[in-house]
Amino acid sequence: MSSREAILGRIRAALVDVPADETPDDVPVPRAYRRSHVEPGQDPVALFAERVADYRATVTRTDQAGLTDAIAATLFGRGVRQLALPGAFPVALPASASWEWHTEPLDIPALDALDGSITLAAAGIAVTGTIVLDTGPGQGRRALTLVPDYHLCVVRAEQIADDVPDALARLDPTRPLTFISGPSATSDIELDRVEGVHGPRTLDVIIVDPNHPEKP
Amino acid sequence: MRIALFITCFNDTMFPGTGRAVVTVLERLGHAVEFPQEQTCCGQMHFNTGYRPDTVPLVARFARTFADYDAVVTPSASCAGMIRENHPVLAQDHGPSELHRRVDDLVPRVYEFTEFLTDVLGTTDVGARFPHRVTYHPTCHSLRGLRLGDRPLRLLRTVQDIDLVGLPSADSCCGFGGTFAVKNAETSSAMLADKTQGVLDSGAEILCAADNSCLMHIGGGLSRQGSTVRTMHLAEILAAAEGAA
Amino acid sequence: MSNHGDRGVVWLGSPTFPEAARSALKNTQLRGNLKRATSTIRDKRLAVSAELDDWEALRESAAAIKRRTSRHLEHYLVQLEQSVTAAGGTVHWAADAAEANRIVTELVRATGEREVVKVKSMATQEIGLNEHLAEAGITAYETDLAELIVQLGADRPSHILVPAIHKNRTEIRDLFAAEMGNWGQSAPDGLGDEPAELAEAARRHLREKFLTTKVAVSGANFAVADTGTVVVVESEGNGRMCLTLPSTLITVMGIEKVVPTWSDLEVFLQLLPRSSTGERMNPYTSAWTGTHDGEGPQEFHLVLLDNGRTDTLADTVGRQALACIRCSACLNVCPVFERTGGHAYGSVYPGPIGAVLTPQLVGVENAASLPFASTLCGACYDACPVKINIPEVLAHLRAEAVEAKRAAKRLPTAEAVAMKAAATVLDSPQLLAAAQKAASVGGRVLARRGRIRRLPGPLHGWSDTRDTPAPPAESFRTWWRKNKEGEQGER
Repeated sequence: MSSREAILGRIRAALVDVPADETPDDVPVPRAYRRSHVEPGQDPVALFAERVADYRATVTRTDQAGLTDAIAATLFGRGVRQLALPGAFPVALPASASWEWHTEPLDIPALDALDGSITLAAAGIAVTGTIVLDTGPGQGRRALTLVPDYHLCVVRAEQIADDVPDALARLDPTRPLTFISGPSATSDIELDRVEGVHGPRTLDVIIVDPNHPEKP
Repeated sequence: MRIALFITCFNDTMFPGTGRAVVTVLERLGHAVEFPQEQTCCGQMHFNTGYRPDTVPLVARFARTFADYDAVVTPSASCAGMIRENHPVLAQDHGPSELHRRVDDLVPRVYEFTEFLTDVLGTTDVGARFPHRVTYHPTCHSLRGLRLGDRPLRLLRTVQDIDLVGLPSADSCCGFGGTFAVKNAETSSAMLADKTQGVLDSGAEILCAADNSCLMHIGGGLSRQGSTVRTMHLAEILAAAEGAA
Repeated sequence: MSNHGDRGVVWLGSPTFPEAARSALKNTQLRGNLKRATSTIRDKRLAVSAELDDWEALRESAAAIKRRTSRHLEHYLVQLEQSVTAAGGTVHWAADAAEANRIVTELVRATGEREVVKVKSMATQEIGLNEHLAEAGITAYETDLAELIVQLGADRPSHILVPAIHKNRTEIRDLFAAEMGNWGQSAPDGLGDEPAELAEAARRHLREKFLTTKVAVSGANFAVADTGTVVVVESEGNGRMCLTLPSTLITVMGIEKVVPTWSDLEVFLQLLPRSSTGERMNPYTSAWTGTHDGEGPQEFHLVLLDNGRTDTLADTVGRQALACIRCSACLNVCPVFERTGGHAYGSVYPGPIGAVLTPQLVGVENAASLPFASTLCGACYDACPVKINIPEVLAHLRAEAVEAKRAAKRLPTAEAVAMKAAATVLDSPQLLAAAQKAASVGGRVLARRGRIRRLPGPLHGWSDTRDTPAPPAESFRTWWRKNKEGEQGER
């Protein structure tokens, strides 16, 4: 008998107390929890910005017209020069001799030689301050936002889900997904969080919000 | 309402004053209390030490002894918890169906003392006076077992002239755990040391709780350290009328 | 229950819990480290769980999803196998530790590689995979910071989430300075003991391994039956490195880690980070489904591990322990763990969850002291995000331990004799009254000023640090008979 058959047989034997005609749906799963922890009247985009910043990432809000300048200001502030870029990056990049853009495909040693990467996102989660990448347009492969030590992520306000349930519903689980909440960190020394281990040690997030600055 | 006192074997033997205090408080509130002499023990020690079959006769005795009462009141959160949580399980797993039925019928009428005062009698003022500095330790069975919440504190706050002070790290276990204190004596002692330190830091003259077992443990540690802090079951504080007119 | 020596889980030759605890308690450095770490994390967990006013509803839902899964485990495992296979992965079934080790070793050999990078994984810790790979000439590099600390120190893990919780920053600094050079990139000269500096040293030490190693081994936090998606929750990015850069990925997961649907994760991804590291969300969560064209590992193997889990499933009370999502909240709130640390449990699964899981995985007769390593204070049950009633299972396993001991011996133990005698006395008001009288007389012989300082026999452990009041002259029932009975008769 294969181990597969042996294990499944042992499971059947272990569950003799479960009636033979019981189906999974016969086991009730109460769902009394909230779909969202954003309070009525609370701005999810503002909450997202606040919660991302709690992880010691830097957050900038801008409208579409200000995006290129915001990217330039952010990169300039970090002093990063050599940047990895996903193929077909759909955002106008600042024209300046200050930066060198390296577009995919890039192998691991090439990525390792760069200062950082700039990508879009697939979704954001306001309550947890999370950005989610799914390797879709403008995001690149997972290695792009992992190997270089700096990540600048551009999120559009309408991509920001209130909370985890809404975000998971928006995502396609068959794509490779990476949920990012702040820069890499560890709690392994005395259970106290410190930022910066193997993943990017610096994370900047720019939110493109058509309502920002506030329009009359 | 026919009220029975379940004193518990431990209080019966070691802390009869607690039983007298419960009687005093209930009588002061105008209620007669009965003490069925056939009562003995809820079986907690046997159950928690792994001797389940030995517990079943005690479950049956409890159900038989108290079947005819409207309320069974006990000054022990851990024994109340044992009855509420485990008597039905034991009756179902080891006893005849008749016992199971009787236990299920009786268990909802079994109350820990502060539950009975606040929930059934609907009072928090029992007319006590106790001019001392007191701190309250919420025992694990009070806090997380029965979820007594602030019932004991609501009762203590109405005691005249009491000086109620907070206990640091109140919600951590004192390390008693029944036979745990014997089987794992060193670990138990380490927990006890932190608890007694908290009691000393509170500045109280008297430590009270809803379980004499934990109080005997903490009080035993305080006594060994030469501390003058005394332990009292909270029923004894509620029964006190020191200097009252 | 037969010979479960091939299951790993426990460290052979470990002393019983009380013995191991006794020596751990003497280590004041260890107690200081544990107290600081556990109190830090407790406060953080309480703060972030209190932010969600529906915390209880989330716990209820999580427990119910796990209940549904365990009652229909065959259905979900077969569905998971189909989903993963359809997505380009290969599923293997391992009945015990030995088989899982054999499968992983053969998979690594087939790649021709001699080195693997590892993401922290309880399942591979449980089966002793690193030791097995070493025997086969394959070096496994632990990449989680705490696992690295344990590996460099040839130490044992003492906590589910933070295996090096028993070490403080200074001890870690000294270890890094002494050992890193033996495994790869040395620690920089003059390394300080600030956590940020230590994290930097770990980054430099492991960087080259991440960028060049072709095979990775991971565990899994969740595997979704309906999509075949496997999820790893982590903080440092070492997980992302291992799950993304190598060409072959081998994931070993216990069969209980399957969840029915993708949307069920909405419950667990809210509960797990808040319960484990006290964060709203952990820094990185990776989810992958089979293999993805031109992206990440092009070969993916999922090893489904039984190793005692089906025995646990057969116990209708004990099976709830399989709901564990390894958050370690129960360890961090446990007053026993806080004093003794994890090594005293003699198992890769320490703390309250270990005390209910280990005896079930290896047979209660092989870990008989663990169910007693608790005061049943209930803090673990309150903290558990999936509502495992750990005190209930502990009490249940105590009965099994007593029964196993009875079955193994021809003569009853001294404890069983005493318990039987006590049961006889306690089932009779007359005998109880007689015993009370005897205790009162005997107690007063032993007592000085109403206090007993030394108790005989096994009770000496109690009386080493505690006085015992002398039993009063009169029991309550005697007082009642003298003072109240007549009164009642008049009514």
